[in-house]
Amino acid sequence: MDQAETMTDNHPAYRSKGESMSKRTYIHRLVRDIGRNPYLYLLAMPGILFFIVFKYIPMWGTLMAFQDYSPFAGMEGSHWVGLEHFRTFFATPDFGMLLRNTLAINVLNLVFFFPLPIALALLLNEVRSGAYKRLVQSVLYLPHFLSWVILAGLTFTLFAKGEGLVNHLLEAAGYDRIDILTNPHSFWIVITLQSMWKDAGWGTIVFLAAMAGVDPQLYEAAKMDGAGRFRQMWHVTLPALRSVIVVLLILRLGDLMDVGFEQVFLMYNGAVSNVAEVFDTYVYRIGIQRGEFSYSTAIGLFKSVVGLVLVLLSNKLANKWGNGGIF
Amino acid sequence: MRIGWRDQAFQSLNGVGLGLLGMATCFPIYYVLVVSLADPAEFAQKRWLLWPEHWSFEAYRYLLSTDAFLRSVGNSAFLATVGTALSLIVTAMLAYPLSRRRMRGRRKVLLFVLVTILFSPGLIPAYMLVRQLGLIDSIWALIIPSLSNGWSVLLMKSFFESIPADLDESAAMDGANEVRIWFSVILPLSLPALAAFGLFYAVGYWNQFFSALIYLNDSTKWPIQVLLQNMLLSANNAALDAYDVSAAPPPSEMLKMAAVIVATVPIVLVYPFLQKHFAKGAMVGSIKG
Repeated sequence: MDQAETMTDNHPAYRSKGESMSKRTYIHRLVRDIGRNPYLYLLAMPGILFFIVFKYIPMWGTLMAFQDYSPFAGMEGSHWVGLEHFRTFFATPDFGMLLRNTLAINVLNLVFFFPLPIALALLLNEVRSGAYKRLVQSVLYLPHFLSWVILAGLTFTLFAKGEGLVNHLLEAAGYDRIDILTNPHSFWIVITLQSMWKDAGWGTIVFLAAMAGVDPQLYEAAKMDGAGRFRQMWHVTLPALRSVIVVLLILRLGDLMDVGFEQVFLMYNGAVSNVAEVFDTYVYRIGIQRGEFSYSTAIGLFKSVVGLVLVLLSNKLANKWGNGGIF
Repeated sequence: MRIGWRDQAFQSLNGVGLGLLGMATCFPIYYVLVVSLADPAEFAQKRWLLWPEHWSFEAYRYLLSTDAFLRSVGNSAFLATVGTALSLIVTAMLAYPLSRRRMRGRRKVLLFVLVTILFSPGLIPAYMLVRQLGLIDSIWALIIPSLSNGWSVLLMKSFFESIPADLDESAAMDGANEVRIWFSVILPLSLPALAAFGLFYAVGYWNQFFSALIYLNDSTKWPIQVLLQNMLLSANNAALDAYDVSAAPPPSEMLKMAAVIVATVPIVLVYPFLQKHFAKGAMVGSIKG
């Protein structure tokens, strides 16, 4: 019976009071609970241990950013240098370059990628035949699951200057070959197009879900008022998506410092290094390839902190303007 | 209700347009497939083709006769099975107590998990940790550090919350302890959800490239994505140490295409099963941005 009581979620002992309890009684009760029902806590242990070791110890490891870390001396034996690495980083021309490339790729993404799933979802929503709609959806969603390595492979296959299909076709038609993969002017465009191919279809899911929630009576009413498909789309469907669009748009703000490492890394080459380097690839090159651990940790930490501020800010905005944030 | 001719025209145009878009989406994969199945001599002469006159499995036969390629497929298969199983176990073990209000301190643990979503300490500290644990050049470096993550725990926790706690209680009345309840009551009821999580984990492990790039120098440990990247970048077959050196290998373009197809096939095979769980996956995807 005692056991059964501890199992009850709304047993009086478990309700409220959380705040008013003093720390000592809290720990006392926790210990008593663990004694009574050790297996519940035992189940959580491996996961908690995992998070401590692989998520929290690295957080502590970021202190390296304020040291001149030497692998031989370890963290305890290394010199503390305060904000020196940050100052050095902000003073290099690389900082401006990284910021420009990151923002450029994200802005292009926002302008050209972001509206695409909305438009696609609106068109898919107009398809009458369920089977045909599902078929098109299946095809459009598939690229989302392919790895960036495969994507890079497909891109080379189609657009490489030497053996790419597009250039073979151009040549066969008597035109000059085009060079877009090792060309700094087209690198950002290539990245944006890759993202569009991979995720435009997948991105429709959330909008189609929102459309499924539209009250059919609204369409009936619009029809009574003489609205055709276009005007229904414009006046009924699109407004229903507004809050989703606002939330997704704001959430993108939180990712402003993020550009997918794998995508950029795989398309990177010497000819485009100046427009292709972003924070993550830079940290990889400086830290892992050159072994400047402290300096690269400082760069990573800068990016993480800005990212954290942006996420918190965007979540606040989403709460205010959209229908609720994610936290 | 009468449908206006304009609506009808729009309907057909829309259908045709989406169909074309779907075909355009498929085209790169179609092209790679066709090249990989072409006759090597024919491809070597034409250098591109949309439909070969002669078909051949030569590229696949050659590829699958090399140790390097087979080994990398084996490594990735290991990741996708063992990694997925371990990820599911650890995540489900943590998510279950967190879904039960009788666990004291669950809010604190949830916060502790949420913080890891908001703040990531970056690449280098994680790399240093793996190095200190002696996992460099071990395939476990691709599994252990990515066993679980905040979003999976939160999503699985909210799924477990949909299983009424009354069930646990009656099992407890019958004398089952929590581990038993988790294993014999909760997990069997969660099979569809576990399948969904498992599929997404498996795709993630199969596609894993970045961790392998930083943690594995030893090419015998490489998963397929890293080997594929090396093949794509190199102009010859250097990434594969050929098994059958006596026969002239097919053109390297064809081998690359065949390797891309082999890396794609498992995804296409699990795809129909994944489709059932898109809603959940999209939730994870849209939150992760």
